[in-house]
Amino acid sequence: MPIRVGLACVAAYLVAAVLAAAVGGRRVAPVLIYGAMTAVSAVGLGSALFALVTGDLKTQLALPLGLPLSGGSVRIDALSAFFLLVVNLGGVAASVYGLGYGRHERSPLRVLPYIPAYLAGMNLVLMADDAFTFLVAWEFMSLASWALVLADHRREENARAAYIYIVMASAGTLCLLLTFGLLAGPDGGYAFAAMRETVEPPLIAGLVFLLALAGAGSKAGLAPLHIWLPLAHPAAPSHVSALMSGVMTKVAIYGFIRIVFDLVNAPASWMSLIVVALGGITAVLGVLYALLQQDIKRLLAYSTVENVGIVFVGLGLALAFRAHDMSVPAALALTAALLHVLNHSFFKSLLFFGAGAVVHASGERDMERLGGLIHRMPHTAVVFLIGCAAISALPPLNGFVSEWMTFQAILVGPQLPHWGLKLIVPAVGALLALATAFAAACFVKLFGMIFLGRARTPAARTAHDADGFSLAAMYGLAALCFLSGIVPGILIDVLAPVAQTLVGARVPEQSGVAWLSVVPIAASRSSYNGLVIFSFLICSGVLTAMVIHRYATRATRRSAFWDCGYPDPSLATQYSGSSFVMPIRRVFGTALFDIRETVDMPPPGARRPARFSLKIFDPAWRFAYGPATRAVWTIAGKLNRLQFLTIRRYLTLVFAALIVLLIVVAAWR
Amino acid sequence: MAIIYELAAQGMQMILVLAVAPFILGVTRRFKARLLRRIGPPLLQPYRDIWKLMHKEAVMAHGASWLYRSTPYLLFASTWVAAALIPTYSTGLLFSWSADLIAIVALLATGRFALALAGMDVGTAFGGIGSSREMLIASLAEPAMLLVVLTVSLVAGTTQLSAIAEHMIHGSVGLRVSLGLVLFAFVFVAIAENARIPIDNPATHLELTMVHEAMVLEYSGRHLAMIEAAAALKLTLYFSLLVCLFFPFGIATGDKSIVAFAIGLGFYLSKITLLAVLLPIGETAVAKMRVFRYPIFLGGAFATAALAVFLLFVSQGF
Repeated sequence: MPIRVGLACVAAYLVAAVLAAAVGGRRVAPVLIYGAMTAVSAVGLGSALFALVTGDLKTQLALPLGLPLSGGSVRIDALSAFFLLVVNLGGVAASVYGLGYGRHERSPLRVLPYIPAYLAGMNLVLMADDAFTFLVAWEFMSLASWALVLADHRREENARAAYIYIVMASAGTLCLLLTFGLLAGPDGGYAFAAMRETVEPPLIAGLVFLLALAGAGSKAGLAPLHIWLPLAHPAAPSHVSALMSGVMTKVAIYGFIRIVFDLVNAPASWMSLIVVALGGITAVLGVLYALLQQDIKRLLAYSTVENVGIVFVGLGLALAFRAHDMSVPAALALTAALLHVLNHSFFKSLLFFGAGAVVHASGERDMERLGGLIHRMPHTAVVFLIGCAAISALPPLNGFVSEWMTFQAILVGPQLPHWGLKLIVPAVGALLALATAFAAACFVKLFGMIFLGRARTPAARTAHDADGFSLAAMYGLAALCFLSGIVPGILIDVLAPVAQTLVGARVPEQSGVAWLSVVPIAASRSSYNGLVIFSFLICSGVLTAMVIHRYATRATRRSAFWDCGYPDPSLATQYSGSSFVMPIRRVFGTALFDIRETVDMPPPGARRPARFSLKIFDPAWRFAYGPATRAVWTIAGKLNRLQFLTIRRYLTLVFAALIVLLIVVAAWR
Repeated sequence: MAIIYELAAQGMQMILVLAVAPFILGVTRRFKARLLRRIGPPLLQPYRDIWKLMHKEAVMAHGASWLYRSTPYLLFASTWVAAALIPTYSTGLLFSWSADLIAIVALLATGRFALALAGMDVGTAFGGIGSSREMLIASLAEPAMLLVVLTVSLVAGTTQLSAIAEHMIHGSVGLRVSLGLVLFAFVFVAIAENARIPIDNPATHLELTMVHEAMVLEYSGRHLAMIEAAAALKLTLYFSLLVCLFFPFGIATGDKSIVAFAIGLGFYLSKITLLAVLLPIGETAVAKMRVFRYPIFLGGAFATAALAVFLLFVSQGF
């Protein structure tokens, strides 16, 4: 049943895309298209949830399309049902948000047709049951999102972002193509069922793993393949940014899980070592980059890189435990990773929606030119604060639960027999703690700069709150952040079949635990109860406030701020975002990013203003992409000569190519 | 009946930490003054301060938002709840399972997050400098604290505080190199988190190096009372944590009678009072650090804790 509904959803999205292309210019188009998308993704969400809860799964369906010999087929199992849930939930939220936000779009024809197509692509990736369908859907998703990145194509930086994105996306797809080629083997078994059955030799399995890590990792934003992400995600309209950051990175993670956990049959310790280490490095690097940003949306995009790192730490741990036949800890680590996938899709969509509301209201993406919006945009401020607290892993919200579970999995690490893992796992634990602390600093800065303090520009002084639809989408996501923080046990139980199919075990049943606590291993080992913590916090806080107001005093007086006796009304005396992160930048960033600070102070008496400039070098660009780009340029320059040959030489070249190919074929046989 | 008794025991602990916290602060202040050859304030002065502040009118800047007004209560509540979940006189109280060691550390982070935001709310230079430095200290201290948690839970096999305390008493733990090292790291982290010398000076204003006081500079009246109470609670919390993790002897385990509770209470109070005396001795021996020397201090804590973890990985016997 769910598979037919899923296919119907894909078809409906495609129809909506065509319809949008036809009527996109009309006034009613945004309402019509976003309304249709809301309905379709709500149906998709319902069917995914139904499939996951009732276990009505494993239904395969052959498609009338596909490769001549193997054909195409689709299937939904627990893993794809869970990711369908994530995608369609993001779809519902983005569509509802779009009902309000999308009306202000200046050129709707550049946005409207691609969003349903994009959602169709992502849905189809998750349902694909053979390599051909998977890759076609994957490319569909990439191209649709590329078009969305180019929506505002007149800005030069967007064009550059789209160019880098398409290059990286093509490279990633190439890696996946080779992955599936290796998995299919010489007989060309491109159906996933055939790949599951073949047992690859260790060398092939290793190659498949590395290629899948590069292909899916580049889409997810794993360092050092993340460079396109902070350029491309912010360039799109905000609800599309939310889809790209909150949802598309999850589809990439799905691709990685599908290949490495499901299709490859020989997990080895060294694979998990690479994943865990890369995850930890990605988490810390991503959030350090995020800290240094001034652009709201780019900061959020870098923070996506961090969260992808956290998910990959969980996945790597799950691989490690599975490689050593420790299936219960593997289930714990996998559940933690998947829970973080879900949680991140909640709060990252929420934060991008909030950023969109702020950018629309003020016309500013630079947080140094905002401030004081808590007074002008009270509703957006509340939901944005919830999102910031959730992503900073603060109890009792949801980000904490998944990170806490990841830490619990790390604490099982010493039981691993492999020496490399034994040393890497606690180090990654420390990296994760560092990333969490940085994330808190980063989001204090973000919220503080946008919403607190005094308005730094007239644009910030005249901002207004978002419309009803946008606020409804944001409040809905904030409620989900909150609910999944205080009663995470329900979600953990929903994830049980996924872990069961992939690692052969599950986290203990949570629904029977008293007081709705979370007990990932055993009650004597660790437990957490968000509901109790939340009620305690509310009761003690509210009670204290009431007692003080009742029995002490509630007298309040407003006056000018004190600032230790030297109040300066100038707006420039406020702390700026770059000064806020200066200590952290100095301590952690100087060596890593080769930061150069130069102060140009005019001599006494000179009239020119003093200048401060800051240069940050990205090590990924400097050591990997810079040399690679230069090499491509050099080779292209050399090959350029081939354009100006005579006809005889061209014929010689063709003939030589033929001979070489014949020799290769002869040697192969 | 049993559930009422257990609820009462848990409630007792909640009231106990709240009641004792200003006294502990009073002891440190008094003893520090004596070490500096001053007479010092009476032991009960912190109670009087909080009482006085509570009854004063709160003066707020014109631009202060609801966040500014509610933060003191959130900070107080989160610190209080965290302090009340650490076993003091007995292990295994009714709600002891609702947060483990990691969750308690994270609850303190919630309070810090709110306070750092409140510091930026009015839009002053001092508030921003305080928030900025507080987040720097947090990002240095949290990894060290997590390695301490990792070590302790590796030794005890659990992150539940009650279970750790019971393991330290009944299990054959003995003297461990790793525990000694993390005790050292824990003390460093506790000093930084409580804004004590050499990281921060709780007794000053108008110093360019101050951190916590700069952040709460704009607060007055009942709001300031809440923040002061939360600071006192946090000091007590770290003392209780140190006692519970490393020196839990005397705590009531299993036996839930009034007598056992009373003995546990006696031990607990004398231990934390002793710590309140030891803290100023350390503080008077060193000078306040420059901001950019914090990484050396807290990096030392991190390195020590990391050494402990790696020793444990080499052999569980360390």
